Amino acid sequence: MLIEQLINGITLGSIYAIVALGFTLVFGVLGIINMAHGEIFMFGAFIGVVVTSTFKGPLWLAFMAAILVTAAMGYLLERFALRPLRNKQGVSHLAPLISTIGVSILLENLSHHIFGPGNHPFRASFAEISFQIGSITVYLVQIVIFIISVLLMYALSFWLGKTKAGKALRATAENLETASLLGVDVKRTITMTVIIASAMGGIAGILVGMAFNSVTPQMGLSIGLKGLAIIILGGMGNVKGAMAGGLILGLAETFVVVYGNSGYKDAIAFAAIIVILLIRPQGLFGQKISA
Amino acid sequence: MRKQLKKFAQFTALSSLLVLSACGGNQAAGDEDGESSGGAVKADIGVISYISGPGAAYGEAITNGLKLAQEEINGKGEVEINLVIEDSAGKQDQALTAAQKLMNSENVTGIIGPTLSTEMNVVGPEADLNGVPIMGTSTTAEGIPQIGDYVFRNSLPEALAIPASIDKAIEKYDAKKVAILYGNDDVFTKSGFDTMKKAAEEKGLEILTIETFQKGQSDYNAQLTKIKGLKPDLILASALYNEGAVIMDQARKMGIDVPFVGGNGFNSPEVINIAGDAANGLIVATPWYGEKEDDKVKEFVGKYEEEYGKKPDQFAAQAYDALYIMAEALKNAGEADRDALRDALAEIKGFNGILGEFSFDEEGDVVMEPTVLVIEGGAFKEFN
Repeated sequence: MLIEQLINGITLGSIYAIVALGFTLVFGVLGIINMAHGEIFMFGAFIGVVVTSTFKGPLWLAFMAAILVTAAMGYLLERFALRPLRNKQGVSHLAPLISTIGVSILLENLSHHIFGPGNHPFRASFAEISFQIGSITVYLVQIVIFIISVLLMYALSFWLGKTKAGKALRATAENLETASLLGVDVKRTITMTVIIASAMGGIAGILVGMAFNSVTPQMGLSIGLKGLAIIILGGMGNVKGAMAGGLILGLAETFVVVYGNSGYKDAIAFAAIIVILLIRPQGLFGQKISA
Repeated sequence: MRKQLKKFAQFTALSSLLVLSACGGNQAAGDEDGESSGGAVKADIGVISYISGPGAAYGEAITNGLKLAQEEINGKGEVEINLVIEDSAGKQDQALTAAQKLMNSENVTGIIGPTLSTEMNVVGPEADLNGVPIMGTSTTAEGIPQIGDYVFRNSLPEALAIPASIDKAIEKYDAKKVAILYGNDDVFTKSGFDTMKKAAEEKGLEILTIETFQKGQSDYNAQLTKIKGLKPDLILASALYNEGAVIMDQARKMGIDVPFVGGNGFNSPEVINIAGDAANGLIVATPWYGEKEDDKVKEFVGKYEEEYGKKPDQFAAQAYDALYIMAEALKNAGEADRDALRDALAEIKGFNGILGEFSFDEEGDVVMEPTVLVIEGGAFKEFN
């Protein structure tokens, strides 16, 4: 039973981590907390449901469609909700946060109208594949989720650290004007970042749909808030921190249920985050900001 | 730059419009006169329903049921009802604001709703204070009609439904050990849990563990794995169907094959739609059984399916009957007066609706016989 719970915790944690990676990417470059990320994630899940259940399409098509749609949503988000507020006189630094909150409310209500309220089951035969080891049932989806989250983390670390586009992105994160003076196409870099982060949200959405067989218009909010907590825990803008933070939160939530009272699941998980932050205010992997 | 600004302004205007239209719910225009004229009693009935947010599916079913009943009642010509529908979004404060708006409108004679027991706990006392008869169609928690003289309900309380289904399940499966799972952030599921625990203790069942979850949660694996390790004979789950169906799906995937006993909110054909085969083995007691060999029931199901393209659940059925009860009381009262309506409601006895024979007891609570159902082969069947 312990091993089963460990698998549950890692699955949940990996999902949190993928969502948090999207958050951390946008925050790292733009310094903006993208509150619409959870809703973009939800849209990804819905696209998966529509492709596999309504049109009976194959799973790979669902992934492609979800990535395309969420990437397009990322572009629109950047173009209409973030870019108009950038580098403008008199715009409060909180304005982009508020505009992403607006987008998240818009998307939630929009999905409500398009897809309807309530739970939408995810019918994919892939989600049914499982192995029996003793009394333990392991689903292939659980393994895939873990692998994808690790792959994404490494791919992002590599991309940010070793490639030219990644360097341009980090330069942009450091200082917008300087990067632009040095010949970095800042506009394109920022747009790319938001698009990539959104597409990752879309992937996470489909994975959640498959793992839990539950897709609702409201799923974005709670997972969005958890993603936010994780990037603060792991260190804002840090890729490895997002991964570690996600796994810690997922495992903490699961083991509160195992050894304690499931009523305190969220309370204890978040209390743990507060304690960690008291000891390391910059987050687990964050760097101290020099004064 | 100016062009961009303009575009942005257009976008925000458009998006805020969309949000507004999503939140606003629909509102019927108030009727001018609330007095009787030419034989028919004309009255506005206020409706407070959960139309937007996580539980919007309930509000949709309820308002559908009401509108269908309204059409039929108005067609008969004895009573003319105008529905004034307000959205509570499942929130207490919004439900209260909606109720106050309705109560302040002189034309509103009675109120149907709100959807959740949590909402009724704040709206009920206010309606009672203002002398507006209010009837819940889905408020099944303990103590709702006891709020006051003006508070009624036609929804089968959990206190009647749950012990009936637990009894039958024990009998059939010879159950001795149970695990309980419930949503701890909703008065409805919490009250269902209290009833389950009491019933289980009274029957001498051993309660292995009590696990909780929250509304809108999607991952129940941790709780279910724990339950699986304890090997119960039955799982008592006080959940609304949205969460409940996902719980059953995840439980069956994990290899938990014992029957589930659910409360009132778990009883919906949507469970089968969402969970598929995993829904088999769910036992619920219900005031509403759509397959019943009864002309009224068949007619209602047929009309509802034709109108809305899906089978009615108990929320639709209870709302439908509730408006008929209101109409019956209005007819007996003979005028659109709040006090007269209350007195007429209190006297409803042996009303024959689609839910079966229905009466109010002296407190305004339900007197009726529940049917116990089980899901087998993807359909609700009578459980014997």
